[in-house]
Amino acid sequence: MIEVKNISEEDILKILETVADPEVPVLSIIDLGIVRKIEIYNAVQKPPSGSLVVFITPTYTGCPAMDVINMNIRLALLENGFINVEIKTVLSPAWTTDWMTEEGKQKLKAYGIAPPNMKQQVCTPGLFQEEEAVQCPHCTSYHTQMISRFGSTACKALYKCNDCNEPFDYFKCH
Amino acid sequence: MFNSNSSITNSQFQIPDSLINYTLHLADNTLILAQQNSAWCGHGPILEQDIAITNISLDLLGQARNFYQYAAQLINEFKAHSPKERAGGEATEDTLAYLRDNREYKNCLLTEQENGDWAKTILRQFLFSNYQYLLYEKLQYGEDEQLRAIAEKALKEVIYHLKWSSEWVIRLGDGTHESHQRISNAVIELWPYVDELFINADYESALIANNIAVDGGSIKKSWLQGTEEIFSEAMLSVPQNVFSQKGGKQGIHTEQLGYILAEMQFLQRAYPDSVW
Repeated sequence: MIEVKNISEEDILKILETVADPEVPVLSIIDLGIVRKIEIYNAVQKPPSGSLVVFITPTYTGCPAMDVINMNIRLALLENGFINVEIKTVLSPAWTTDWMTEEGKQKLKAYGIAPPNMKQQVCTPGLFQEEEAVQCPHCTSYHTQMISRFGSTACKALYKCNDCNEPFDYFKCH
Repeated sequence: MFNSNSSITNSQFQIPDSLINYTLHLADNTLILAQQNSAWCGHGPILEQDIAITNISLDLLGQARNFYQYAAQLINEFKAHSPKERAGGEATEDTLAYLRDNREYKNCLLTEQENGDWAKTILRQFLFSNYQYLLYEKLQYGEDEQLRAIAEKALKEVIYHLKWSSEWVIRLGDGTHESHQRISNAVIELWPYVDELFINADYESALIANNIAVDGGSIKKSWLQGTEEIFSEAMLSVPQNVFSQKGGKQGIHTEQLGYILAEMQFLQRAYPDSVW
C-alpha cells in the first residue's frame, strides 16, 4: 500500500478555485460562494486519493449552469487524482448574493458586469419601487437606468448608463 | 439511500402516499406552467419581455426539477419497503415528467390553460404567482425538510415573478382601450379556475394536520386581498358568482393538458430513453 497523503480542505479549495462559472467565466465557484462544505475521508481503500464529498448550492433554482459545474468539479478533482468524489446539492439556507466574495465582485466589475449591491434593497414584492442605484462598470457613473429586471441569464438584469450610454448587465440582488 | 439527514421522519413513513402525491402536485404545477410559458420564446411582444417570460419559465422548470427529484426519491424509498411495487424500475425526475399520462398529472387547471394573447398569459402568471408566493411563504416553515428548502429557495424568484406580472396587469388594465379589453376578457376566461387553488385535495388534507402541506383555505383571504388591490389599480373588477371548475389536483383535466403532454412527451414516447 502506498501511504495515503493527508489531504486538507485547503488543498481541495485550491483545486475548486480553478473551476469557473460557465456563464460568467471570470468567476470561480469559490468566488461565487456556492461551495458550502467539503468532507474528506482520508482513510480509504484507494490511494492516493481520499474520498470526497463536495456540497454545493445553486444560485437560482433553475440555473442551467449547475449541471456543467457538477461535471467540471468532478473533472478538476479527477485531474488531481481524486476518483471517489460525490457532489451533493443543498438548498437551505438559500444562496444570496451576499455569499459572493469581495474578490468575486471586483472580478465581475473588471469583466464589465456590475456586481450586486451589498444591501438588498428591492427584493420585496412592492410594485413600481424606485430602483436601487447601480454603478456603471464602464464609467463608474450612478446615473443608470434599468431596462429589464430579467437579463441574459437568471442572475442578471439589464441596465443602461445614461452618461456613457453603454448597456451593461447587473448581477441582480438576490 | 436515506441517512440521518434524511427528510423522512418516522411519522412521515405512515403517510408516504400523500407526501408523494403532494410533491407531484407541486411539481406538476410548475412544470406545466413552465412548459406553457416557454412557448413564448421568440414570440414575446418585445425582446425584453420575451426574455422575462422565458426566464420565469426557467425558474419554474428549476422548481419542478427539485420537486420531481424529491418525489422520485420518495417513490423509490417507498417501493423498497413494498416488495409488490419494487418491480417497476427506478423512478427519476425524467420518468415522472415524461412517462406519466394525463390522469396521473395533478396540476391545477389554471396552469394548463391556453396561452391565448399576451394579456391572458400575464394574468395567468399573476394569479398563479400571487398564489405561489403565499404558498411558499408558509411551506418554507413546514415540517418536511426538503419541501421547506425548495420553498425557501424558490420564494425569492417568485417575488420577481409576482412583481413583474402585477406591474403588467396594471399596465394592460390601465392602458389603452384595446389592452383593457384584452385583460378584461382574460379575467372572464381564467376566473373559473381560481377557486381550485384553495380547495384541498385529499392528499393535502392528510398532510395539513402534520404541518407538511399548506392549507389552501388559510391563504385564500390574503390572495383575494392582493388580487383586489392590483385589480383596482388596473381598473378591473373581480368577477362575482362564477361557477368554479376543479379536478386538476385529482387528475381530471381540461382538454388542454392532453395537447401539452402530447408535445412535451413526444420524444420520449417515440424514442424511449433517448438522451441529449
